[in-house]
Amino acid sequence: MIAQSAWLLPALPAFAALAVLVAGPQLGTRGAWLAVLATLVPTVLSIWMLLQTIDRLNHALTSAPVIAAHRIATLGPLSVSASTRVDGLAALLCVVVTVVALCVQVYSTAYMRDDSRYSSYAAFVSLFTAAMLIVVLSGDLLWLLVGWEVMGICSYLLIGHHWEDKPNTDAAISAFIVTRFGDLGFTAGLAVFAIGAGSTSISTVLGATYSHTTLVVGSLLLLMGVVGKSAQFPLQTWLPEAMAGPTPVSALIHAATMVAAGVYVVDRLAPIALTGASSATLAVIASITMVFAALCALAQEDLKRVLAWSTVSQLAYMYAGLAMHSNAGIAHLVTHAAFKALLFLAAGCVAHAVGSTLMSKMGGLRRGMPLTFISMTVGLATLGGFPMLSGFVTKDAVLESAWSARETGVVATWAAWLVLVAGVVTAVITAAYCVRVWLRVFAGRAPKGVRPHDPPLAMSAPVLFLTIPSAFVGLLLTGHWFEVLLFGDPTTAVPLEGVSFTGVQGGVQVQLSWALVSSAAAAVGAGTLFLVWRAAPHRDPARILGRSQAFIRDGMRMGELYVRLFVRPLRDRFAPTVATIDRRVIDGGVVGTGRSAVGLGGLLRRTQTGNVQLYITVLLVGVLALAVGAVAL
Amino acid sequence: MIHLAAPLLLAAGLFSCGIYGVLARRNAVLVLMSIELMLGAVNVNLLAFDSYFHDQLHGGQILALFVIAIAAAEVGVGLAIVLQLHRARGSIAIDLARGLADEDPPRGAQ
Repeated sequence: MIAQSAWLLPALPAFAALAVLVAGPQLGTRGAWLAVLATLVPTVLSIWMLLQTIDRLNHALTSAPVIAAHRIATLGPLSVSASTRVDGLAALLCVVVTVVALCVQVYSTAYMRDDSRYSSYAAFVSLFTAAMLIVVLSGDLLWLLVGWEVMGICSYLLIGHHWEDKPNTDAAISAFIVTRFGDLGFTAGLAVFAIGAGSTSISTVLGATYSHTTLVVGSLLLLMGVVGKSAQFPLQTWLPEAMAGPTPVSALIHAATMVAAGVYVVDRLAPIALTGASSATLAVIASITMVFAALCALAQEDLKRVLAWSTVSQLAYMYAGLAMHSNAGIAHLVTHAAFKALLFLAAGCVAHAVGSTLMSKMGGLRRGMPLTFISMTVGLATLGGFPMLSGFVTKDAVLESAWSARETGVVATWAAWLVLVAGVVTAVITAAYCVRVWLRVFAGRAPKGVRPHDPPLAMSAPVLFLTIPSAFVGLLLTGHWFEVLLFGDPTTAVPLEGVSFTGVQGGVQVQLSWALVSSAAAAVGAGTLFLVWRAAPHRDPARILGRSQAFIRDGMRMGELYVRLFVRPLRDRFAPTVATIDRRVIDGGVVGTGRSAVGLGGLLRRTQTGNVQLYITVLLVGVLALAVGAVAL
Repeated sequence: MIHLAAPLLLAAGLFSCGIYGVLARRNAVLVLMSIELMLGAVNVNLLAFDSYFHDQLHGGQILALFVIAIAAAEVGVGLAIVLQLHRARGSIAIDLARGLADEDPPRGAQ
């Protein structure tokens, strides 16, 4: 049973990362292939593990997860163990993570071939893969946190891979600080639950009983963390800026895995993370983010930024699904990983042909690069909600779950309606920006000096491969196996404000009513945009946003707002004060101690006059004093 | 026999003169002379106590002989030093020989 040795899955890429970091310059490109191999083996193992898990769950009486634990240390009342916990959810996510990571690694062998620091890049991508697998497979909250933080640092290192240009390092720092800020809440939330349960083991934490306040506080703190990591409103500013990193990095980290880790964690800790208060908050945040990000995607000029904002919006769909206590969120995570990775890698192919990621420099690329054209079309279609493709199925599932949550009363009615309305509006806008991208990249005529050509095999093969899951995984997930896979451990029922919560429920079905609504919404969005484009094919269809387009393109200037609110006071007033205190008070104290010691020595020096008769006089006085003292006392 | 206090007072007086000479004279040779005076006072003290207590081993007298010998040797060495001092400095004023002094570091140096 592979699940017993699940620790192998993160261990292999981690060792590869270490090896490549240490021996990188000597290994050269061979180091990159070592990284590819170290991702290939976990991919095979995780697919095998998923099949075994499905088999086990279909035939077993209980759906308890397979836990392999080794105690490491005892910190006071808490015992820390390195444990893996493999249930259906973890097995599924492992497959998603490893497949996408493998595609990215293979793609990078061609994309990053001419990069001088390719070996360190491959090492960090491997390390990131290992960290994400640790998060997915961890059975212990502390290990989850370790993986979580390592992902953050790898994201920083990879965004700033081309650190020769300052904007890249700025983007990396911005990403790191914003996610770190969210991680404060995350760590605090985990601590609240661990202390409340008396252990950091996830099984214990899920099964313990907490006071109402603990649940609410802990769940809201956890929410803060996932909002930061998944770039939801109000911590969304870092993700579009993170596009400064290499495209395969964007595909892996900022589309398929790291940003989705928050979704996974909330689902994993659903009995304690989805309280009434946090579900409602999550619904609000998700709804706002959905529409906000979709609008921003519509206004972008840079292809990668469209995809970044689109990721934010789709993540909001996932969180909306979770807020409605259904498995639609996870289903959307799986399909989104496939088609967003596809889109990013295809964008890399387009950029390879055109030499830029700005859409103003693209056009007419449908001729001359058929592989990229087909794959990107499929990707955009599924993102935009073309009926029966993956994206359509899972988005539909989210809307469906909101509707049925409204009926069963699992969540507040207003929250369900909010999600429904936001979901439909976003579907309209999503279809619109997908069509806009498609038209601007592929329709019309190629600009002068651009020769459309397909990239090397190592780049186009992963892209082509990802086309298949992007199209069909959605339908695959509607099968009964998915619901069985995610059934969850029946022993982890935590009483929740009077409502008994038995984990995130339900599978994915395509219901006719909502299918029609989504299709209609997509048609409206796509159709409107197409008509606007046809009226003036050489102009940007997003001009329908009018004068606010520039404002929306800058993410509604929220990044600048944060700079004005937080960065400037800190950097221009608080930091110089701290520096002055450090110089005057602390350094002054240290230096002053030295100076006063020297001064005191100077005082004592006055007795050393060099006059021997003075010395003898002093000696005499001392002896007399001693003699008198001896006699008198 | 005379009272014990008499030679002791004499020794004390001689010793004080010697102290005064060591501490207050500028001439190095005079300082040496004063040291001799002090040693002489010590000898008087030793002999007085030896006689008063009728010491069988005559420890006081023997120690006095030691003191005389050591004083002689010490004067020899002392005068050699004074000779060197005069050759090096051209003067034998003790308060001008301040080589042992610790001066303040020059301004500007840490």
